[in-house]
Amino acid sequence: MTSVAPFLIFFVGAAIVAMTRGLARSIVLLAIPVVGALNLYNMADGTIVTVSLFDYTLTIVRLDKLSLLFGYLFHLATLIGVIFALHVNDRVQQISSIIYAGSALGAVFAGDLITLFVFWELLAISSVFLILARRTERSYRSGMRYLLIQVLSGVILLTGVLIHAHQTGSIAFDYIGLNGLAAWLIFLAIGIKCAFPFFHTWLTDAYPEATPTGTVFLSAFTTKVAVYALARAFPGTDLLVYIGATMAMFPIFFAVIENDLRRVLAYSLINQVGFMVCGIGIGTALAINGAVAHAFNDVVFKGLLFMTMGAVLHRTGKMNGSELGGLYRSMPLTAGFCMVGAASISAFPLFSGFVSKSMVMVAALEQGHPVVWLALLFASAGVFHHAGIKIPFFAFFAHDSGIRTEEAPRNMLIAMGLAAFICIFNGTYPWFLYSMLPMPVDYEPYTVGHVLTQSQLLFFSALAFCWLKLKGLYPPELPGVNIDVDWSYRKAFPWLLRWVTPLGLALQKGFFAKCQRWLENMFTQIYRHHGPYGILARTWRTGNMAIWTTILLATYLLVYYLSH
Amino acid sequence: MAQQKKQHMFDDPVNVKRVIYALYVVCGLSLLGDLFVHRHVDHPWEALFGFYCLYGFAACVVLVLIAKEMRKVLMRGEDYYGD
Repeated sequence: MTSVAPFLIFFVGAAIVAMTRGLARSIVLLAIPVVGALNLYNMADGTIVTVSLFDYTLTIVRLDKLSLLFGYLFHLATLIGVIFALHVNDRVQQISSIIYAGSALGAVFAGDLITLFVFWELLAISSVFLILARRTERSYRSGMRYLLIQVLSGVILLTGVLIHAHQTGSIAFDYIGLNGLAAWLIFLAIGIKCAFPFFHTWLTDAYPEATPTGTVFLSAFTTKVAVYALARAFPGTDLLVYIGATMAMFPIFFAVIENDLRRVLAYSLINQVGFMVCGIGIGTALAINGAVAHAFNDVVFKGLLFMTMGAVLHRTGKMNGSELGGLYRSMPLTAGFCMVGAASISAFPLFSGFVSKSMVMVAALEQGHPVVWLALLFASAGVFHHAGIKIPFFAFFAHDSGIRTEEAPRNMLIAMGLAAFICIFNGTYPWFLYSMLPMPVDYEPYTVGHVLTQSQLLFFSALAFCWLKLKGLYPPELPGVNIDVDWSYRKAFPWLLRWVTPLGLALQKGFFAKCQRWLENMFTQIYRHHGPYGILARTWRTGNMAIWTTILLATYLLVYYLSH
Repeated sequence: MAQQKKQHMFDDPVNVKRVIYALYVVCGLSLLGDLFVHRHVDHPWEALFGFYCLYGFAACVVLVLIAKEMRKVLMRGEDYYGD
């Protein structure tokens, strides 16, 4: 049996999804990740597929242990996500989720930076529909902000790649290292997608606004592609250790006071990615293995937590901690699955987080980063506090909100059950996961000392929650929004534009609207000349084409954003 | 299970108390574990008796108290951004 590039199965699959309906569509949706995984299984290690395009040789598929692990992970995430969303009868969401997953596969198997860039932008464009599909004014605005930032990341990536290619004569997607302008631009582009501090608000802004099923897909791919890109291009970069530790630390403070429970999970997603970034920065075999293993586990347990909250949102239409509570009466199975996810993200012994998070922490100590280790330990206690206790507590227990509803639909329960099974399987039998890691594993998670210390940390964190709650010191869930970095572009910048610049209003009404029309015309022109039938398309270099299109797209979005 | 009678597990405050007491017990047992288990340590602080217990408890209390203060500065009405 011959194999094809993994993303092709998804893109062709998406086209078939577009043409089918009802049961046939469901079968196609389920078949895509299964066929994809079989195809991947048939590909030999070290497979390289190249394509010549104009003056570049593009490496469409590069298969090694690192890309293979992420490849399997993304197939698994797609399968779980598809099952969870099987009741949804919305073609837009179904097609975009498959293209989105396919783009993630394209990005992790990309062997050169141009191919990476193409899938980088496809990730942005396909995923935004999962946010827009909520079809509310709020999700629409949030989705546009998301798209603007994601496309901007692509523009920066392409600029960096072109400078890099010019300087080194190579577009290979391998170790780059942090020196020179090109490397910094690529680093920044990955950093935006990875939700580095100050670039993280696209995530906390948009993920909670997506559809109940859309967030499950969103949480799996974009940030993990970025983690993969960091592991590929910048392992052992010292700066990442500190960025990672910061990412693990600061979101937990926001998570404690956040009322929207899916936004709490979005903050905790950044917190978990922080552990991975830190591990990549440390750069030893143990640390990289830990980062990658944790990425695997995180996709499953974070997906599980987002699924349980998605099920609650689906059944009750509510997502605020202040409005929920006591749902264990109506949704006992969902509550149970939520607690499995909570135990996994908190790294309880026998659950998946336990076998991967500690690899990064041990590596931090071994490499002489005691302060970073303390920060990660703080973050470990903190994550238990907000994701481990707060999420299940305020949704399913706490005071009785009086909401009586039904248990989640069967397909949702199956998807959650599957994810919960993997959480427990990886937690109790980590050696299967360890065997897939990029480097040989010499680590034993189940020592008496590790089990004891982790239990102590978690039990006493729970004790602190209990004590604060009984003393009335725990902040109640209150409706409201908390200002984060997005305040700068959602409030301050428009305000400056409107009031500080006397021309602001005139500009917004006249100039920007005009710009938008002008750009729209320009797009039509470009398409005429550079589109598939355009004469210029033949003589232009691919790099030039791509960068102009991307810059125009970004400018269009910026102007669009300013004029609304 | 109790569900059939519309009386759910935590409707009875005694059961809530039981959970809390169970937590006290496991906390106590895990702390005692430090007396009997000779742990491998990578850092001198780890060797202190009850280090992880104290750190976990203190971390969460500090986290919540700081977050409460943050709320005073950062929290706005739900329609703050006008959407």
